[in-house]
Amino acid sequence: MVGIRVNGKLHDLDIDPETPLLYVLRDDLRLNGAKYGCGLGQCGACTVLIDGRAAFSCLVPVMLLEGKEVTTLEGLGSADHPGLLQQAFIDEQAAQCGYCIPGMIMRAQALLQDRPDATDDDIRRQLQPNLCRCGTHMRIMRAVKRAAAAMQTVSATPVRGARL
Amino acid sequence: MTIPRVLLGLLIVIALSAAAFVAYAWRLEIAPVERPAPGGFDRAQVSRGRALAAIGNCATCHTADGGTVLAGGRPFKTPFGTLYSPNITPDVETGIGRWSQAAFARAMREGVDREGRHLYPAFPYDHFTLVTDADNQALYAYLMSQAPAKASSPPNALAFPFNVRMTVAAWKLLYFKQGPYRQDRAQNANWNRGAYLVEGLAHCGACHTPRNVLGAEKQSQRFDGADIDGWHAYAINARSAAPTPWTAEAMALYLRSGWHQAHGMARGPMAPVVENLAAVPIEDTRAIATYIAAATERARPGGKVAAPVAALRKPTPASADSLVSPRDVPAGSSDAGAKIYAAACATCHEAGRPLPFGGIDLAHSTAIHGESPRNLINVTLYGLPATAGEASAIMPGFRASLTDPQIASLVHYLRADIAKKPAWPGVEPMIREARSSDTAPPLYTTPGTQGAPNDPSQGGVAW
Repeated sequence: MVGIRVNGKLHDLDIDPETPLLYVLRDDLRLNGAKYGCGLGQCGACTVLIDGRAAFSCLVPVMLLEGKEVTTLEGLGSADHPGLLQQAFIDEQAAQCGYCIPGMIMRAQALLQDRPDATDDDIRRQLQPNLCRCGTHMRIMRAVKRAAAAMQTVSATPVRGARL
Repeated sequence: MTIPRVLLGLLIVIALSAAAFVAYAWRLEIAPVERPAPGGFDRAQVSRGRALAAIGNCATCHTADGGTVLAGGRPFKTPFGTLYSPNITPDVETGIGRWSQAAFARAMREGVDREGRHLYPAFPYDHFTLVTDADNQALYAYLMSQAPAKASSPPNALAFPFNVRMTVAAWKLLYFKQGPYRQDRAQNANWNRGAYLVEGLAHCGACHTPRNVLGAEKQSQRFDGADIDGWHAYAINARSAAPTPWTAEAMALYLRSGWHQAHGMARGPMAPVVENLAAVPIEDTRAIATYIAAATERARPGGKVAAPVAALRKPTPASADSLVSPRDVPAGSSDAGAKIYAAACATCHEAGRPLPFGGIDLAHSTAIHGESPRNLINVTLYGLPATAGEASAIMPGFRASLTDPQIASLVHYLRADIAKKPAWPGVEPMIREARSSDTAPPLYTTPGTQGAPNDPSQGGVAW
């Protein structure tokens, strides 16, 4: 049995401890926010937060997660009650095909939790590992800046496990 | 009567020594000149100067993060305080626009600036002194042909007495031997060209030779390998830990492309070096490689070159789902490091995808055979950042998913089971140091496959 804590809930699963977190999220926990892109840690579509830091879930065997807190896109809000970043991405219509967006949101979340006053340069550097083939980069930039501004006015509720 | 006489004598000796030292250390100003017309230089000379500047890595040190190329301002933290590289664009106020050819040559040959001040040896004139007059002229032509950039570097922040430039003259008395390079008649022209470049302009020893308490390279430990800037520069002499002995051919390939399948990737401060070397005439890279590869040779039983420890696996065509079971991990192994390696590392490092896009077979990597685990730890935490705009080797960092104890067990496993070498001491504190944001190593993008000249103002970003 492997125990992992995702979005504040502890799950005991009867799985091979070498299984990548991404597969467990999608196949066992039915949390389909994180996407399978390359399986090599090179595209960022599978990005989640581990203890508040962005990580490629396709490269994290679940055995490494003892005592750690995983946050997925679902942990930031729902379709009915989107989180600040999610709302900003909706407002800016930042998704085209949408496949990269969960990863973009999670990596941006890690940045804004650390630095709500992130500059354009900070955002570009932070999101550099995440690829978007549709080319909505400028909208993604706007969405992250919109969320940052919102976070600075509304005191944002940090997600569980955030390093603040 | 005798005591005052002795005292007087002593005072005279001290005064004379002081006067002699000042006379030795004093350098006159070289008169400023009108900035040479940028178009006034011979084109071929400028082009030669550009290649020489790449070999000398001028732009790497003389460019600040996010700053104009060659406009200086990059901080260098030394045990004596922080130095900032000066602006070496031909700006007349903040750069070297008013320097004559003679002033430039004196800086290279003697480590003295146009005004006559001794330069700190962070500027590696202990190597540059070997550069020939013709090469100095080409470097001058190149630098003076660049666009002037107005940028003042912050003042150096050095502790007393190092903030007094005259102390550098004393340092030179102890450690500085003026050039130029003298040919070794016993060696061929290619080797001599390599020695001239390696010991001179390329200043390889500045990183690869350990320094003494006064910051001078220890000549008795030349190329023994040294810690620099949060990274480890490997031994490049007979102490080289490369499991596959270097050949001149392999070294030339590595220096031009930033990787070799039997050795690994250039990263850390070596990444900008190979990115620069990709842009120089191939004969020069070959000469450098010849000299270094010869330096790494050691006497082997029977005088034969030792066989590589493990045969290279044939790369298979790239495929994203070629998960393999790693050969080195016994099933049911209880070792935590072995399990982490099998689950998190082997999927790339044993996938057999061709380099630089597949992970290197770690059995060949100097990183796990070398004297320090520092590079292995840095790369495990921060990965290899990608180069903007072109295909390059990348590796994701694992600092979010691996705790310090998990990295330690992985490092110990790789050292013991794959390198089959005695455990490194001090792994755990080194991991803490590498992870802490105060002491994290500077990251550099890995060289791209095109060998495009590096823009040193673009720092790497950790994945």
